Amino acid sequence: MDGLVSISSNFLYLAFVLYLAATFFFGGTIRSKNSTSSQTWVSRVAIGLTILGFLASVVYFILRWIASGHAPVSNLFEFTTFFGMMLVLAFIVMYFIYRLNILGLFVLPVALLIIAYASMFPTELSPLVPSLKSHWLYIHVTTVSLGEAVLAVSFAAGLIYLIKEVDQSYRSKRTTWLEIIIYSLYATLGFVVISSIFSATDYNATFEVTNESGVSTLEYHLPAITGPADGTLVTTDRMEPWFDTPGWMNGAEAPRKFNTLLWSFAVGLVFYLITRLILRKRIAAAIQPYLRKVNSDLVDEISYRAVAIGFPIFTLGGLIFAMIWAQEAWNRYWGWDPKEVWALITWFFYAAFLHLRLSQGWHGEKSAWLAVVGFAIIMFNLIAVNLVLAGLHSYA
Amino acid sequence: MKRIVCEACGHSNAEGTVLCQSCGKPIEKNQHIDGNEKTKLLNMRYDGSARRSQTYNKSFVDKIWNFFSSVKVGVWLIVLTLLASALGTIFPQEMYIPQDVQPLDHYREQYGIAGQIYYQLGLHNLYSSWWYMILIALIGISIVVASIDRVVPLYKALKMQKPKRHETFLKRQRLFSQTNQPSLNDKEKFLERLKSKRYKLTEEDGHILAEKGRFTRWGPYVNHLGLIIFLIGALLRFVPFMYIDEFVWVREGETLPIKGTEREYYIENNDFIFETYDEEEDRKFAEALQNQSAPVASNYQTDAVIYRNHEAELVGAEPDLEKVKEGSIRVNHPLKIDGFSLYQSSYQSEFSTMSFYIHETDDKDEQELANFTVDLSNPVNHYELDNGFEVELVRYMPDYYLDDGEPKSKTDYPNNPAFVFAVYPPDASEPEYSFAGIGRNIDATGENDYKIALNGFDVQYVTGLAVKRDYTLPILMIGGLIFMIGVVQGLYWQHRRIWIHPKGNELWVAAHTNKNWYGLKREIDTLMEDTSLIRVVDQQEQK
Amino acid sequence: MGKIEEANNKKQKKKRKRLLFRSILLAIMFGALLFAVISSLSGDSKQVEVGDQAPNFQLKQVNGENGGQAVTFEQFKGKGIMLNFWATWCPPCEAEMPYMQSLYPEYKEKGVEILAVSSDDTEKVIHDFIDKHDLTFPVLHDKKEEVFNQYGVLSYPTSLFINPEGEVVEIVEGPLTLERLEEYFQQIVPENG
Repeated sequence: MDGLVSISSNFLYLAFVLYLAATFFFGGTIRSKNSTSSQTWVSRVAIGLTILGFLASVVYFILRWIASGHAPVSNLFEFTTFFGMMLVLAFIVMYFIYRLNILGLFVLPVALLIIAYASMFPTELSPLVPSLKSHWLYIHVTTVSLGEAVLAVSFAAGLIYLIKEVDQSYRSKRTTWLEIIIYSLYATLGFVVISSIFSATDYNATFEVTNESGVSTLEYHLPAITGPADGTLVTTDRMEPWFDTPGWMNGAEAPRKFNTLLWSFAVGLVFYLITRLILRKRIAAAIQPYLRKVNSDLVDEISYRAVAIGFPIFTLGGLIFAMIWAQEAWNRYWGWDPKEVWALITWFFYAAFLHLRLSQGWHGEKSAWLAVVGFAIIMFNLIAVNLVLAGLHSYA
Repeated sequence: MKRIVCEACGHSNAEGTVLCQSCGKPIEKNQHIDGNEKTKLLNMRYDGSARRSQTYNKSFVDKIWNFFSSVKVGVWLIVLTLLASALGTIFPQEMYIPQDVQPLDHYREQYGIAGQIYYQLGLHNLYSSWWYMILIALIGISIVVASIDRVVPLYKALKMQKPKRHETFLKRQRLFSQTNQPSLNDKEKFLERLKSKRYKLTEEDGHILAEKGRFTRWGPYVNHLGLIIFLIGALLRFVPFMYIDEFVWVREGETLPIKGTEREYYIENNDFIFETYDEEEDRKFAEALQNQSAPVASNYQTDAVIYRNHEAELVGAEPDLEKVKEGSIRVNHPLKIDGFSLYQSSYQSEFSTMSFYIHETDDKDEQELANFTVDLSNPVNHYELDNGFEVELVRYMPDYYLDDGEPKSKTDYPNNPAFVFAVYPPDASEPEYSFAGIGRNIDATGENDYKIALNGFDVQYVTGLAVKRDYTLPILMIGGLIFMIGVVQGLYWQHRRIWIHPKGNELWVAAHTNKNWYGLKREIDTLMEDTSLIRVVDQQEQK
Repeated sequence: MGKIEEANNKKQKKKRKRLLFRSILLAIMFGALLFAVISSLSGDSKQVEVGDQAPNFQLKQVNGENGGQAVTFEQFKGKGIMLNFWATWCPPCEAEMPYMQSLYPEYKEKGVEILAVSSDDTEKVIHDFIDKHDLTFPVLHDKKEEVFNQYGVLSYPTSLFINPEGEVVEIVEGPLTLERLEEYFQQIVPENG
C-alpha cells in the first residue's frame, strides 16, 4: 500500500511540474502580436500541458483512493489538493468556451499556490471517523470544491480586469486594495517557502499547555512568534515566544496555526517588498502594460459567466447536498456550525452579486471587485474557519 | 392609469413602459427609468416593460408593496442578513459551548469583556433571535413581491413582441450590422442555418425574428418559487405535528418506549458496538494513528429491535409488544420506522454489576472468605454467602458524592456506585458496617474484624438515540429541487434573439442575448460563414 | 360619454382588484412572519396544562398497603390529588418532602391524596429514601419515565394540583414551602370531604 501512495504522490508532483511549465507557455502568449485569445502553437502547448497536468492529478486521485479505501477528500491536505485540481478543471472548461490565454497565466499560478499550500499539511492517509463514513462525503465535498473552483476562476478574471482597468497613474484606494490582493498571494507563497525551509531542517519546538482537561503538548514546526497561553516551552535551544495567542482562537491547535499565519504574513511581506524594490512601482502597475491587448469586456463576461456556472454547483454541493448529509449524519439538516454559516454567507454574497449585475447594472469594475471579495469569502471559509473557529468541520 | 400609444406602430403600452412592447421604439419620456438617455445602447432588462412598482405609489398598501418590490431593497436585505450571519460566528453559539456551565460565566471567562457583551446582546443565540428571523422573512416577502411585479410584465412583453422592430431599437442593440445589396441566396442560407441551430423563426412583412432559449428568462422566477417553498417548509417546523425531536437513552438489554411515538413503538437495545481503528489491522493508517493521542473511533452501532405496542392506551401499563423490525443503527445509517428515524447520536458506559469479597481485616494476604455480586440495575437487599456470612445492602448510591460530609447520589445512573453494607459474620449476631465503592473502602467504626474489598465489575453501554419525525423534509426537498431547476434554467442557457430587417436595398441584422455576448457573436459569425452578409459588430467594444 | 365611463369603471375595478390582491398577499406573509416569531419565542408547549383533565396512567406503588402492586390514577378519583414528580438524587425534591409528609395525615382526612412519582432507576434507592424520611403517602415508580413524558415534566421537582373533578388547577416547577403547599392543598380539598 505504501508503494501506491508514493506513486500517487509522484503523479501529483508531476502535475505540479506540468502546471508550472504551462504557466510559462501561457506567459509566452503575451508576446504574440495579435489579440490575447488567438491560437498559436505556444497557446496550444500551454493548454496541452495543462490538460496533461490535470490528467496526472486525476491519476494521483484515483491511486490514493484505491490506497486509502475512501475518496481522498477527508483531510486538509487532500481537500485542498482536490480544490486545486478542480480549479484547473474549471479553467480548462472556461478556456474552451472563451479561448483566453491570459486567463491561464493568472489561474495556474493560483492553482500552483493552492497545491503547494496543501502539501504543507500532513499527507499521510487518515482514517475516517464514523460521521464521515458516507457516500455523501465525496458527493458533497467534490461538488462544493468544484463550485468554489469555478467561482475562483471568476476571481482570476476579475483580477485581470482590475489590473488592466484601475488607473495606476496616481495612488488611490483602488490601487492600494489591488496591492493588498496581490500581497495576499505573496503571503501564501511565504507560507509555502517558510514551511518548506523549516520542515527540511526538521525544526521542532514542543510546548506544554495546562488547561481544564489537564496537561497536553503542542508541537511547533516553526519558531514560535506567538505561544500558547499558559504554555511552557520544553524543548531546549528554541526561541521563546514573543507573546501569547489570544484566548478567543478556538480551533484545534490554534496557537500553532496562528503562529504559522504570522510567519506567512511576515515572509510574504519580505517577498513583496523585494519585488517592489526591484520594480520600483506598484506590482499591478508593472503588470498593467502586458494586459494592454486584453479585451476588457470579454474578461468581464468570463468573470460573470464563471459566477453563473459556479453558483448553481456551489448551491447544490455546499447547501443542498450538505443539508441532505447533515440530516443523515447529525439528524439535523442545518445546525449553524461556523462552516455552514460561512457557506450560507458565500451563497448570500453571490446571490447579491447576481442581483446587482442582472438588475442594477453592476458591470465592469464594480463586478470585478465583487468577484474578488467573493473569493476572499471562500478562502476565509476554507482556511480561517478551520483556524480560528472550532466546529464540526475542523479536520486538521 | 394612462396608456401610452406608440407613435411608430400604434401599440398601446402600459404606463412606465420604456420600450414599446410591440416594435421596441424607445418611449421618449421614460428613458430615464433604465438610464437609456445617456447611452448609445439600449438597456434591455425586462425588455423595457413597465414594472408596476415604478409607476404606482398611491395607498399605504401600495407603498409597502413597492418597497418590497425593489431589487435594491432585496439586495440590502441580503447584505444585512449576510453581515448578521457573520456576526454569529465571532464566538461559538450557545449550543456549541459546554452544557454544564453557566453561559454568561463561560463567555466572560473565555472571551473577556467582548464575550460578556456578546452574551448580553443575545448574539450567543443569534440565529434563533426574533430579529434574525424577521430578516429572513423580509427576504422572503421581497422575493415574492419583486417576482410578481416582474414576471407578469416580462411575460406579456415577450409574448407580444413582433418580428418587425423599430429602426432605433435595432440600431441601438449591442450586436448590429448592415449589409448592402445582399444576395437572396445568402439570406436564405443564413435563415436555414438559424433553423438548424434550433432558432424559432417568425416573420412579418419580410421581417424576421429568430429566437431561442426564451424559457431561460423564467429561471429567476422558478428559483424564487423554490426558495419560497423552502421557506414555507422551514416555517412549518413550528407546527408541533410536523416536527418531533426527542432523545432516548437505552441500556444494553433494556426495552423502552420510543419517546415521541406516544408509546406506540418500543426499542430494545440488543448490543452496542464501539470500535476503534487499530494500528495493526489498519496498517495504511498507522502513521496517522500514531500522531493521534487518543484512539480514533471507527464505528458506533446499536443493534436494535423495534416493537409495536398494542396496549398503548394506559400509560405505564405493561405493554403488549409485537416485534416489527430488527436492524442496526449506525452513524450515517439511521433506522426508519413509520415516519420516525432513529439516529445514533451518543453513548455512555456505566457499571452494570459489582462484585466484592470478604477477608479478615488483619490478613495481609487478604484471603477471600466469601464473595457476592450486586446487580446494579436491580440491587437485592440480602445476600447469603459461603462460610456462614450474610450481607445486608443498607444503602446504595449509584453516583456517589459527598455533600457537606453526607454521602449522596448525583444522578440515578451508576457512574460511580457506592454502598453501605452490613456484614453479619458467622460467629456474631451484631453486624459490622462498611462503606465500599470505587477506590473507597471505609470501616465505619475502625474496629471491624472483616473487610469488604472490590473484586471486579462489569460495564455496559447505554446508547443515546435521537428520535426524529420531520414531515417538513419533503417540502424542503421539493423547494431545493425547484430552486436548482430554476438557477440552472436561468444561468446555463441564454435567451438569444436575432432580428433580420430588410431596409430598402440593405439588410440589417441586430441581435440580443441576456448573457454570453461573445458566444452569440461567434454563433452568428459561423452562421454567416461564406456568405456576403456583413458580420455583426459588438457596438459596446467600439465606444 | 358612455365609453369613457365604461373604461373608467373598468380601470377602477382593476385598481381595486390589485389593491385587494396586494393587501391579502402582504397580510398572509406578515401573518406567517408573526407566527414564526411568536412560536420561536414561546418555546415548547406543555403536554399537560392548567385547565386540562389530568390523564390516566398506571404505575407500581412502592410503599404502603398497595406496596408492590400496580395502581392507576383513576383509583384516586374523587379526591383532590397532588401529583409530585421527583427523584431521590434531586436535592430540592428532598427539601420539600418533609413538608408534604407533615401535611399529609391532616389532608388525607379531608380527602386529599399525594402521589409521588419517582423516576429513579432502581427501587432500592427509593426505599432508602422512604425509610429516611418516613414517608406514608403512596410513592409510585416510573422507571421508564413514561408518565414523566406523558405529563411533559422537564424539571425536578414538578407538582400538579388536581381537583376532585380531575382538572389540573396548578402546576408548580421547583420546590414548595410549607405555606404555599397548604394554600394549594386548600384549592383542591373536596367540598364535602
